[in-house]
Amino acid sequence: MSSHAQSAHAAPTGFISKYIFSTDHKVIGIQYFLLALTAVVVGIVLSLLMRFHLVWPNAHLPFVSGGMMTQEQYLALVTMHGTIMVFFVLTTAPQGGFGNYFLPIQIGAPDMAFPRLNMLSFWVTFLAFVAIIAAFVVPGGAPISGWTGYTPLSGIGEVTGPGEGWGQTLWIISISLFCLASLLGALNFIATLIDMRAPGMTLMRMPLTCWGWFVTAILGLLAFGVLLAGGILLLLDRSAGTSFFLPYGLVINDQLQNHSGGSPLLWQHLFWFFGHPEVYIAILPGMGVASHILSTFARKPVYGYRAMAMAICAIGFLGFMVWGHHMFVSGMSPYSGFAFSVLTMSIGVPSAIKTFNWLGTLWGAKIQFKTPMLFALGFVSLFVSGGLSGLFLAQPAVDNLLHATYYVVAHFHLVMGVAAIFGIFAATYFWYPKMFGRMMSEPLGKIHFWLTFVGTYCIFMPMHFVGIAGGIRRYADASAVAYLQKLQPLHEFMTIAAFITAAAQLIFIFNFFWSLKFGAKASKNPWDATSLEWITDSPPPLDNFGGNFPSVYRGPYEFSVPGAKEDFIPQNLPPAQVARTR
Amino acid sequence: MAGTTYTEVVEVIDAGRGGGGTPSDGGGGGGQGSGPSASGAVPQRTYVTGMLVGLGGVLMFFMALVSAYIVRKGMPNATWVPLDIPRMLWLNTLILVASSFTLVRSRSLFHADNEEGFRYWWGWTTVLGVFFLVGQVIAWRQLVAAGIYLQSNPSSSFFYVFTAAHGLHLVGGVLALLSVAFRPTHRLTRGTATEVVSIYWHFMDGLWVFLFLLLLLGR
Repeated sequence: MSSHAQSAHAAPTGFISKYIFSTDHKVIGIQYFLLALTAVVVGIVLSLLMRFHLVWPNAHLPFVSGGMMTQEQYLALVTMHGTIMVFFVLTTAPQGGFGNYFLPIQIGAPDMAFPRLNMLSFWVTFLAFVAIIAAFVVPGGAPISGWTGYTPLSGIGEVTGPGEGWGQTLWIISISLFCLASLLGALNFIATLIDMRAPGMTLMRMPLTCWGWFVTAILGLLAFGVLLAGGILLLLDRSAGTSFFLPYGLVINDQLQNHSGGSPLLWQHLFWFFGHPEVYIAILPGMGVASHILSTFARKPVYGYRAMAMAICAIGFLGFMVWGHHMFVSGMSPYSGFAFSVLTMSIGVPSAIKTFNWLGTLWGAKIQFKTPMLFALGFVSLFVSGGLSGLFLAQPAVDNLLHATYYVVAHFHLVMGVAAIFGIFAATYFWYPKMFGRMMSEPLGKIHFWLTFVGTYCIFMPMHFVGIAGGIRRYADASAVAYLQKLQPLHEFMTIAAFITAAAQLIFIFNFFWSLKFGAKASKNPWDATSLEWITDSPPPLDNFGGNFPSVYRGPYEFSVPGAKEDFIPQNLPPAQVARTR
Repeated sequence: MAGTTYTEVVEVIDAGRGGGGTPSDGGGGGGQGSGPSASGAVPQRTYVTGMLVGLGGVLMFFMALVSAYIVRKGMPNATWVPLDIPRMLWLNTLILVASSFTLVRSRSLFHADNEEGFRYWWGWTTVLGVFFLVGQVIAWRQLVAAGIYLQSNPSSSFFYVFTAAHGLHLVGGVLALLSVAFRPTHRLTRGTATEVVSIYWHFMDGLWVFLFLLLLLGR
């Protein structure tokens, strides 16, 4: 077809332009995904080291200099686990990975609006990852100030501990680069979604996945610039002698620090103004994916599509007004605390809309329990379990007691960490056939699901009780504290569960790479789904549709339409062509 | 059934791409997809959209710095010494505001197909931009000569941060002006290129006026 020949960009020929410095959103999506896969392996290993140390603090470790892990090394693990997981896994895979790959296809576009900017986003993200990994090997090692990089600890230098020299500097550089890359990525997503939709693809006909990516991109656009500003000021405090965040009269290790009247709390405000939207950046794509998959395997339309789309927008909007609930213990005015508390709890409303509409979608359905569906159901389960404890923590009086305990760790791991990971798994099993042209193994997928699902609950449910009993987070060695010793059996249970769950991920990795070569060939539409990615080849051609760009005639979830012969109607099927019963 | 989203109305959609569909589901909230043209090329307005969206991110970056400024200045025991901003800044501000006017003039001549006039005023805009940047460096040198450095006082720290961050953005603007003047455009038409660059330039001008007033009145 002639229009194919003049498509937006000619097919690259060399290996490097095709797979390394590619401007094709599909290749870039896979690059993001593989980066996240690498990062998650690092992140899991770090968490296993932490779990191991919590239970056997005096164990001899051959790879640690001196043989035993120091408290500072434990804090470095805490910091790097959080940073790598939040930025390079939970932000990178759902948005950079799947968003990049499927947003253009689902709206019927040949590529992102700005393909070269897209490539730049990925490679800057990659540089950021290199910088954070380099923090492990520089003198002093990795930073110890947590993924939140709280000042003044993060603002001074080696004097505050090993890793606070070069390691912390690299951390700031890495995060700043990540901010830049995410800003460019967000800009691209938004412009693509606004201007590149196919004819007939109104906003209210977009799959909910696109709504998730769209609102996530808006959050990224508005939040990452703020963290970037904070990062620059922090870097100046460290290297240029300014005092934005460093207070007067600070004495560390008997040394008076030469700073004048800065505000450590200012950093917390800037950080959490980014940090709270960031948790929605991690979870909103998962919500979109879960809605999409629940509908497909329930063979029913999403219940209350419009409400679902609006709930995503509402969560995104409210997400900018609740950052203070991370700072209830910072000594803020009770009036501020009250306002932040009420706003935080009001997020329960759109969250409940989503949850009940997911249940409404499932109600009375003949559910097909394929692996992507299991992970989508797992997403809903984890989101509810983790979200409920959020209502407790949203109250300053309760938070004051629980803030420094494992209760908070359990809360955010369930609702943000594992739920988002389940969204990523669901997306991987669902879209793998489209991305690689082969099916993943269903039996292995189901084993992976059940081990992971039960495993994560075994890790994080007991953690709530440890928290309520006063188990303090970030302590390297709780066995040294008398009243915490009784909690050690629970810690042992969680550690064993963590090792089993981590081992179960090897099944996923095996399935992923084994299926690349030996999986059954995938058809164009193996799940009988309706959105536009399923009308094209698996994997899609360079311009996604081989020159035949679709027009859209209907909403994204027309399953089991009364009177139609098939139980699904693709979005590009004109009304006249719908096969009818009779 | 409540809550479902079947399309019940048979629709007629204009088969031509790029002209926009005629969706009839009352989707509301945001217009119609009109998508890329048949060749898969990016529509020209996308570049304008991209610039406007990008400036949203830039605005948040500067607003974060501004709110930090306000908070830091309001700290008890802040040891804040109000900074007398160099007088040079008045002249710089005047130059930058003038550059917006020359840019408007240039664009209107462009639309009138007056290539020579367009290039003349476009060139003046670039020159004024460079003058502004040189002026900012002179202002820095005056402060340094007076012994006021980045770390001297929070007020001077913020002064250098604001001017440097804005200056870097303006360097990008000057490069964009030069690029449109001297290099052929590829994906976007010359008209789009001038529009995108002028949106950016006017934004940076307005942002500077805001920062200048903040440094002047909010010191």
